[in-house]
Amino acid sequence: MSETVLHTEDQIWEYLTEVNDPEIPVLNIIEMGIARSVEIVDDKVIVKITPTYSGCPAMNAIEQSVRDKLHDKSVPNFEVILDYSEAWTTDWMTEEAKAKLKDYGIAPPEKSTNDDDFLTSLSSTKIVPCPYCDSFETELQSQFGSTACKAQYFCNGCHQPFEHFKCI
Amino acid sequence: MSTDSLTKKDAYLKYLLRLADDRLILGQRMSEWCGHGPVLEEDLALANISLDLIGHAAALYSHAADVEDKGHDEDHFAYFRDDDEFTNLQLCELPNGDFAFTIARLFLFSSFSYFQYTALKDVKDEQLNGMMNKHLKEIKYHLRHSRDWVLRLGDGTEESHKRMQDAMDELWMYVGELFYMDEVDETIIKEGNAVDTSTFKDEWKKLVEETLTEATLTIPDWEQFMMSGSRNGMHTEHLGHMLAQMQFLRRSHPDAVWK
Repeated sequence: MSETVLHTEDQIWEYLTEVNDPEIPVLNIIEMGIARSVEIVDDKVIVKITPTYSGCPAMNAIEQSVRDKLHDKSVPNFEVILDYSEAWTTDWMTEEAKAKLKDYGIAPPEKSTNDDDFLTSLSSTKIVPCPYCDSFETELQSQFGSTACKAQYFCNGCHQPFEHFKCI
Repeated sequence: MSTDSLTKKDAYLKYLLRLADDRLILGQRMSEWCGHGPVLEEDLALANISLDLIGHAAALYSHAADVEDKGHDEDHFAYFRDDDEFTNLQLCELPNGDFAFTIARLFLFSSFSYFQYTALKDVKDEQLNGMMNKHLKEIKYHLRHSRDWVLRLGDGTEESHKRMQDAMDELWMYVGELFYMDEVDETIIKEGNAVDTSTFKDEWKKLVEETLTEATLTIPDWEQFMMSGSRNGMHTEHLGHMLAQMQFLRRSHPDAVWK
């Protein structure tokens, strides 16, 4: 008694493009690098997602949104797994995603460095260009912003406060 | 307890719980600052760091539950154990004191965590390995932030210098425990999933001494009396009060779920 599989992996990926990050609604969870893999084993769809920041309160909401989406799309048998085996990095965000972030008014993360010199670089601060006017005359106000993933900056060029998506 | 009676599984469970308890208790303690920070940015920072630490604890508890294999989840470890079952460092449970005390404690803990997690990021257990790599990225932010404040307050006004010095002096007797090891550690080190804390003790001391010196603070005596016992459930009087507040709602409604 073999039943045809109703949904292909490609279709599942397509559905996932419709699940947005609740804190940054311009990005979906694929662009964010949160959705890691889709597998179909027998007729069961297994979606692996990974948390961005450990304390991110949006994670439960995202997990639930994935379930709701699969349910809405009539996927009969699925499992959503929270996978910790690989540490999420802002490098997984697509270039497109970074451009969308900037348009949304959040300075995107730059490429992460592998920080072997972390201890020696403890006192240095980096320059983050303003997402509104591209000025380099910006200053860090706090490493910790409205959500775990963002830092607070102020632009002395256009006198606007803005957020920077921290690079991890 | 003799080494024979400690199975690898029990030892690993204890090891994970020690890691998790430190983070839950410090995160819960620092969250008391929420709405009371000296400035808005600092209020957000302390709340964010607390959230990170509680997130680290939740992931570790959840992994501990898998290792234990008794059908528990992370909430079981957080809400249904008594103070003598918690194995967090006494350093983590101390009341927040003033802002200088909170920051000094965060610096001492984050700098320790930084070296501990750096050493743990190559462990064999794939899930733990992933967590350590992830948490380490966040710990770097905690360390940078708390170190900046130690420098600013230590090398600041007469008042801020005094408060930071008092905080370090008061906290000093709780740092001995950071490097405590027993058969739990020894068992898991052999399994390739734990770290020998003595391997980074000198590096940690160097970072602390350099920071305190740059902050114009006097380094307290490393040889002074040091507290001990927390890894086996001995705590200050402060932990019980905190747990009572943290756990009572959950224990009053043990089967309640969010709707």
